[in-house]
Amino acid sequence: MTPRQRRWIFLVAGAGLVAFYLWGLLGLPGFGRYPGPYGPAILRVVVAQTNATGVVSAINFDYRGFDTVGEEFILFVAAAGVATVLRRLRGERDRPAVDEAADRDVPDTSSAVRMVALLSVGPVVLAGWWLASHAQTNPSGGFQGGVMLATAFVLIYLSGEFLVFKRFSPVDLTDVVEAVGAAGFAAIGVSAVAMGLPYLKNYLPLGQVPGAVSSSGTIALISFFVGIEVAAAFILIVGELLDQTLLIRRYSSGRGG
Amino acid sequence: MQVFPFIVVAWILAVGLYGVVTSRHLVHQIICLIVVQSSTYVLLLGVGYVTGAVAPYFFDVPNHTPAVDPVVQACALTDVVVEAAVTALLLSFAIQAYKRFGTLDPQELAALKG
Amino acid sequence: MDQLLPLVVVVPLLVAAAVTAFGPLLRSRRRLLDLAAILAAAAVAVMLCVIMVRTTGGDQVYWFGGFRPARGVSIGIDFEVQPISAGLACLAAVLVTAAMTFSWRYFERVATYFQALMLTFLAGIVGFCLTGDLFDLFVWFELMGVSAYALTAYRPEERGPIQGALNFAITNSVGAYLSLSGIALIYGQTGALNMAQIGVAVAKHPADRLVVVAFLLVIAGLLIKSAIVPFHFWLADAHAVAPTPVCVLFSGVMVELGLYGIARVYWSVFGQALGHRAAISHVFLALGLLTAVTGAVFCFRERHIKRMLAFSTISHAGMFLIGIALLTPLGLAGAAVYVIGHGLVKAALFLCTGIVLHRLGSVNEPWLHGRGRPLRVTGVVFTLAGLGLADLPPFATFLGKGWIEASAGPWLIPVLIVCSSLAGGAVLRVAGGVFYGLGDRPTEDPQMAREAAEETSETAGGKNRTPLTMIVPPAILVVAAIVIGVIGQLGHFVQAAAVRFEDEAGYDATVLHGAHITHPVALSAAGPTAVTATDVLAGLGSVLGALIMAGLALYWRRLPLLRAYRPSASLAASARRFQSGVVNDYITWVVIGLACLGGVFAFVVRLAGSAPPASDLTPRASRISHASPLLPAPSHNVVTTTRL
Repeated sequence: MTPRQRRWIFLVAGAGLVAFYLWGLLGLPGFGRYPGPYGPAILRVVVAQTNATGVVSAINFDYRGFDTVGEEFILFVAAAGVATVLRRLRGERDRPAVDEAADRDVPDTSSAVRMVALLSVGPVVLAGWWLASHAQTNPSGGFQGGVMLATAFVLIYLSGEFLVFKRFSPVDLTDVVEAVGAAGFAAIGVSAVAMGLPYLKNYLPLGQVPGAVSSSGTIALISFFVGIEVAAAFILIVGELLDQTLLIRRYSSGRGG
Repeated sequence: MQVFPFIVVAWILAVGLYGVVTSRHLVHQIICLIVVQSSTYVLLLGVGYVTGAVAPYFFDVPNHTPAVDPVVQACALTDVVVEAAVTALLLSFAIQAYKRFGTLDPQELAALKG
Repeated sequence: MDQLLPLVVVVPLLVAAAVTAFGPLLRSRRRLLDLAAILAAAAVAVMLCVIMVRTTGGDQVYWFGGFRPARGVSIGIDFEVQPISAGLACLAAVLVTAAMTFSWRYFERVATYFQALMLTFLAGIVGFCLTGDLFDLFVWFELMGVSAYALTAYRPEERGPIQGALNFAITNSVGAYLSLSGIALIYGQTGALNMAQIGVAVAKHPADRLVVVAFLLVIAGLLIKSAIVPFHFWLADAHAVAPTPVCVLFSGVMVELGLYGIARVYWSVFGQALGHRAAISHVFLALGLLTAVTGAVFCFRERHIKRMLAFSTISHAGMFLIGIALLTPLGLAGAAVYVIGHGLVKAALFLCTGIVLHRLGSVNEPWLHGRGRPLRVTGVVFTLAGLGLADLPPFATFLGKGWIEASAGPWLIPVLIVCSSLAGGAVLRVAGGVFYGLGDRPTEDPQMAREAAEETSETAGGKNRTPLTMIVPPAILVVAAIVIGVIGQLGHFVQAAAVRFEDEAGYDATVLHGAHITHPVALSAAGPTAVTATDVLAGLGSVLGALIMAGLALYWRRLPLLRAYRPSASLAASARRFQSGVVNDYITWVVIGLACLGGVFAFVVRLAGSAPPASDLTPRASRISHASPLLPAPSHNVVTTTRL
């Protein structure tokens, strides 16, 4: 199809599909009138059963924890896929590592940016750690904390220190940490199976105070593993993407393009 | 307005699909895919809303205060991670495509490949 | 609860993570990791066999985290395992083991990620087959998808894999997001994510417009995955460029999983609510026929061996959909056995193609003419597999096709014979031309020569002998396809499993109330599964047709009638126009297809007006106590509520 044909065909067909979709959407109960019963059923029992006040994390890591195992491994696979696709290939070699790409027209990193970025690294790490350890309390959790931890590393790169970034996050180490995080989560479930309990049963002590840091059994532990896995995965992905620009270069007699 | 959020859902889906179909740049196409996914977030969170209820976190409100549906929020969280993973993978494909083909236009990619 | 059930998904995931974690440490001992991965896949296959045997006495339900449903409301995730689910997952595990054994010597350089990706792919497939929760289905579907995208792009040195992987990923991602929209939509009305619970809730609002829209959206992603026309364009692109062991899985299991998902979602969730079974059956029958014929025609004109096999998969996917669309136990049983037979045979064909690529360095059929003569064993296995694809008795494919035809009626037989002849004929043409040098040397298509030339960098050196690890797996797979076809009790067993699969009331009772159903109610009479003379004639007919087509293709220059006629030229031009390789076109076709299907469903279910037949309106819950007059044997359901 030519682009023009495609646009017109899509406008017609797309209008039909959207009309069909709207026809169905208008059959919903109406915004604000959620009928249940899944939500109320969980809200009724969650604090008593898990001692967690962060209900969404309790669902993610306990009630529907098995979904989260799958999702963890989706992230794992994505990081592995990025590493596979962007690895150094035959016909390419590492050029001498530089902090900034020589063939790009980039302004020098100003001292203000450098200072602010480096100074923020510590607080960001702390904030990420705090988020990852408070999943059972408030709207934080392993994912949120892990992403913040990853951005701390990206801040190092942004401050103009790509080489430092690479030294702190070697591919092999982040690979291992990521695998440990993902496997740790799955293994917590297996440990329940080893004890004769259903997979991912919350068998650790639930603590006294709902929502305290040391409460809610396996939820806090799972959140920790999720945090390190997510952090490692994103550091790996960002590192690979940066490598392409700053580190890897094709031989000049490359194949077309 | 009881149906307005759902009309927004259909609109976002339409816009995203239009972007994917008429795109001439791979990165733009991938971002439009994110837009398509965003319509599902709005839908998920929209169906779970309860008027007059609080967020499902009980560390500062009494235990059985009526709250919105927490399950859709958990689902949306899962979806965000899935989408981030898929986007990262697709962007790495785009980088390799640029290196191999020298272009990011989907039509030229097909032509060059043969 | 059976503790094997979570292990079947978790073991491949843990081994994948372990292989990645220990990869940098054991770089010099790469074989250890290869072996660990193969053993993990084999262990999963064995566990699934055990599970399948255990489920013959009744469905197995496993509640994760110990969260059981209370008063019909489930708050956790469950696995609901039936023989058909376990059987399909077992097929996947067997094919993954075969593919990984094959790659022992196949790749030039294997990063540790290959085993990890194959294992996560397997875990996604197994989770998809066994789950009883709609959102969980989506999560495993995505894991399967992301692993597949990464595996397709496994050789990014070439241009082809990246472009094929992009088309594959963007098309399937759009499908996955549409499915998610459907899941959110049905959640909005029923407030449930468990399939049984949704089914019960939705059955209270028959033919509600939201149900129709949600159904179409949920199966949108599955239709794209199962490469039904017009959602099929990505498949040929992906197959042409993915490494051969990966193509084994795509054709052998992944496409069939989309169809399994459609059947599962229909029977466990939406079937009762949609009603209008005859009309819906006709719609899917039409889709299946269109796919079968289109795939077969395009298959025959292809000269790139892997693309040809991909189009044959599309054609067979259409035939499986026909079996499912008949909505009878016999049709479903036929589709199930056909899937198994096709998976084994197609895997063997791809592995043999891999051997050809390894030894001769090409998959371009015209170039390969006669050069395959030294590969004698491979030639024999390839030819046998080709005959199996053409439904030669006693392959399992013949059995499955026979049951589908028996369930549909005589009108289907000529159609399926034509499709099988074209697909089988193409494979036999390759077998005859490449391995035995039959026929005249064909002219070479420069474009295909260029595509095929890109395949060379997949394989490692040592090209004088075919290693044992490469020839033994396809041989075993072909033998398995024959063995399964001759098992006597198979028909009775599979049809009983199909009756259980289609028993909506039994499913709900088992999941939500812990019932243990031993004689489920059949919606329609169980059909005869003995091999009849018609079946054998039909099977031999399609083999004969395949041989004729292959002979025509190889010797057409010698026939004065055909010498002046260039059959493939015009078809080639039109094919290129559709299979453009531009992903924007593919998405446009997806939208066109969904809009048309949506219109048809809306018309059939809502606007056609007439009330559905009375038997459809029996409430799901009360079906348990009815003695069905349709089953020949006396059958009241034996319902015992046991503690699981």
